[in-house]
Amino acid sequence: MDVMPKWAEVILVPLISLLLAALLSALVILAIGEDPIAAVTLMVKGALGSTYGWGYTLYYATNFIFTGLAVAVAFHARLFNIGGEGQAMLGGLGVAIAALYIPWPHWTLALIGCGVMAGLLGAIWAAIPGWLQAKRGSHVVITTIMFNFIAAALLNYVLVNVMRPPGSMDPASARFPEAVHLPTLHELLAPLGIAFSKSAPANISLLVAAAACIVVWLLIWRTRLGYEIRAYGHSQPAAKYAGISPVRITMVTMIISGALAGLMAINNVMGESERLVLNATEGAGFIGIAVALMGRSHPVGVFFAALLFGFLYQGGAELALWTSIPRELIVVIQALVILFTGALDNMVRMPLERLFLMFRRPAPPANSADSEPKPGPRSGQSEGAE
Amino acid sequence: MTDTAPAIELKGISKAFGPVQANKDISIRVMPGTIHGIIGENGAGKSTLMSILYGFYKADAGEIFISGKKTDIPDSQAAIAAGIGMVFQHFKLVENFTVLENIILGAEDGRLLKPSLSKARKSLISLAEDYGLNVDPDALIQDIGVGMQQRVEILKALYRQADILILDEPTGVLTPAEADQLFRILGRLRSEGKTIILITHKLREIMEITDTVSVMRRGKMTATVKTAETSPPELAELMVGRKVLLRVNKKPATPGDVILDVKGLRVVDGKGVERLRGIDLQVCAGEVLGLAGVAGNGQSELLEVLGGYADGTGNVTLNGTPLDLSGKKSDGQSRRARGVAHVPEDRQREGLIMDFQAWENNVFGYHHDDRFNSGLLMDHAAIRADAEDKMARFDVRPPDPTLAAKNFSGGNQQKIVLAREIERNPDLLLIGQPTRGVDIGAIEFIHEQIIALRDQGKAILLVSVELEEILALSDRIAVMFDGQIMGERAADQTDEKELGLLMAGITDTENEHSVAEVEANLARAGGDASKEV
Repeated sequence: MDVMPKWAEVILVPLISLLLAALLSALVILAIGEDPIAAVTLMVKGALGSTYGWGYTLYYATNFIFTGLAVAVAFHARLFNIGGEGQAMLGGLGVAIAALYIPWPHWTLALIGCGVMAGLLGAIWAAIPGWLQAKRGSHVVITTIMFNFIAAALLNYVLVNVMRPPGSMDPASARFPEAVHLPTLHELLAPLGIAFSKSAPANISLLVAAAACIVVWLLIWRTRLGYEIRAYGHSQPAAKYAGISPVRITMVTMIISGALAGLMAINNVMGESERLVLNATEGAGFIGIAVALMGRSHPVGVFFAALLFGFLYQGGAELALWTSIPRELIVVIQALVILFTGALDNMVRMPLERLFLMFRRPAPPANSADSEPKPGPRSGQSEGAE
Repeated sequence: MTDTAPAIELKGISKAFGPVQANKDISIRVMPGTIHGIIGENGAGKSTLMSILYGFYKADAGEIFISGKKTDIPDSQAAIAAGIGMVFQHFKLVENFTVLENIILGAEDGRLLKPSLSKARKSLISLAEDYGLNVDPDALIQDIGVGMQQRVEILKALYRQADILILDEPTGVLTPAEADQLFRILGRLRSEGKTIILITHKLREIMEITDTVSVMRRGKMTATVKTAETSPPELAELMVGRKVLLRVNKKPATPGDVILDVKGLRVVDGKGVERLRGIDLQVCAGEVLGLAGVAGNGQSELLEVLGGYADGTGNVTLNGTPLDLSGKKSDGQSRRARGVAHVPEDRQREGLIMDFQAWENNVFGYHHDDRFNSGLLMDHAAIRADAEDKMARFDVRPPDPTLAAKNFSGGNQQKIVLAREIERNPDLLLIGQPTRGVDIGAIEFIHEQIIALRDQGKAILLVSVELEEILALSDRIAVMFDGQIMGERAADQTDEKELGLLMAGITDTENEHSVAEVEANLARAGGDASKEV
């Protein structure tokens, strides 16, 4: 039932959740004898106070947009893809293969080629659990988690035994050639006369991520495939009745989801480290779940949630660097945000709904056959509308 | 006026949900030891009124008197204390608890279960004797049929010493045989002095069992009459506010070519049970073939296999060309391409995506049609325009294509499905339970649409558990029992009695049969069936 207007649903609920998380974090900081206000100031300054901070915030956000979209797309088919981490690792492998073994004449072609390889390997890594779900009934939640471990082990093997340059002690690939270097925001903005920090890792992948948001929005709400994915997610018996193949939807959705997660590698592997290292994903695959939850599986929501988590990541790193607040506490703060915006969503939503019911247009009960169409002002359209 | 106080008296009850006045100044007196029916269309406010009586809602105005005493009912505990028991449309039982455990749930005395269980067992035995409510106290709820589960609900209320029983649409989930049994139990309860309020929208039930009946329309009580002094047409008019045709006006059919030809159709379900055991039937252009039968005798499987989403074996041709049954080239899409439209039995589970808006549901299954797409993207403007047009012609209320399907009443949901399937101009329409949970005004409209489609020369295969509906709409009637066709009759040369025997698997309808024989047969085939309703 649409009890709340859309603005409350989309903005108010996450905002209140966020404030609660911040409040609790402040109490925790207070409890260890630090000054929460100083901590917040430092976080904001560190993440948003300079183009250097922005560069890192946006770099992290780019990662989270890709993984968040991956989880969001799967959510629409009611598939819980927890394997973003592994799919992004495989994406990194794809980028490394394309960047190292193909001589690219220009970074634009390299971006396309490496992007395709990243998406392809990520898609394959998601397609296997997808196939197991569609054909064998093995739950994707279980199989995608397991595939994260397999991906980590595979990467380990490849980096140590195959890609490691001779003589190197470091389990990492060789440096990518100069031709595949992606323009950073510094290089992109300099011609426009905007001075952006030279050392920040944010790069053109941010624009790719933004484009991916638009493409996903079009896919989910404007194409037949998206319509079928949503229909399947809402009701499998109905999808069957309409002639929508469960096997096809499960496979296609997982492939798209995996490709998006894999695409993350153009940011962290190709754009930042410019070589493939162990643990390049840094948990971004898991943050994607929180981002998708907080963004309510909508590309616009995912975009802003990714920015928030980018801020938390960068601000948290600053906090650990400049104060005696231990690094672990940053994880606690991030966890609180995830807890409140994702898991405890209803804790905020239900009292808020009751509040709206009291002051606005209370709806008749929907508990029995006697529920009737609701007249009166309609409270915005459900997410499916646009 | 009698000298005894009414068991329940409501005076001037009003309840508003925002701008919606669900109950307006309702007064009602129910005498003890009677069955009082409350009838009205979906959304008339029946359930709201009963929820007030049971303490779920607080009335904005008005008073409640129980046995002459003014009583406040702030919550359901107070209602139980006042001797009111409620049997909900959707049972509130714990599936993996036994009957006994369900009965004491919420009424345990003390911390240990043992004493309350044995106390409940004793009182269960005496209740069973007093009212003929036999159940096995140690059976698990998930193992007993729907009719039995309903008895457990009634026993729960009686165990809590209810003198007043409210039943909300009790027959909605029951087979005809189970409904008859329920009515026998209600009659027994009445003769033992219990007061019963029966909420329903089925006229037949009101006429059959109640002593007095109150009619509600749009939140108001429009009339309270003695059942013996009224008639179905009068009640229908009071409910809807205008004259209603209870019988469809139709010309005799003029059947044309055979459209659907089914020979030796067999379906085996996932558990290896043969659900269809060699079905032969034909449907011609311009006729309605009604498929009667107790729910669960294979009708659903037949619709599913013809609709393309279950596999079977046998020979089925449509317009002379074979239909694939193997699941390889058969799915909902290819069936629709062949001109088969399907109004599924369960519109909320299959026919609609409840969270989708009406316009999105308007193309469900037909979303690949060229006219709803432009290039890669769906043409939302075209779909919305088409939805508005269909909603206007099928009188869907409110005519708002951006409302989610779940926010429409049952009748209007069904109209959305019907509009989508009929307007595609199919050669064959498969239609299951067209009016289940649909109010009277909408039933009339839906029946007219089905007959209109027939008169355009389309073939229609109708499945319904309502015999009345089968008789009203069909030109020919085939009766299914245990996965087979027991016989076929011309609709104007048969009656409910003959069809009822066929439904019970008795083919020699000429001879007299005892009720016991019929029931035994039904129990044999229906034991499994009743559970899946």
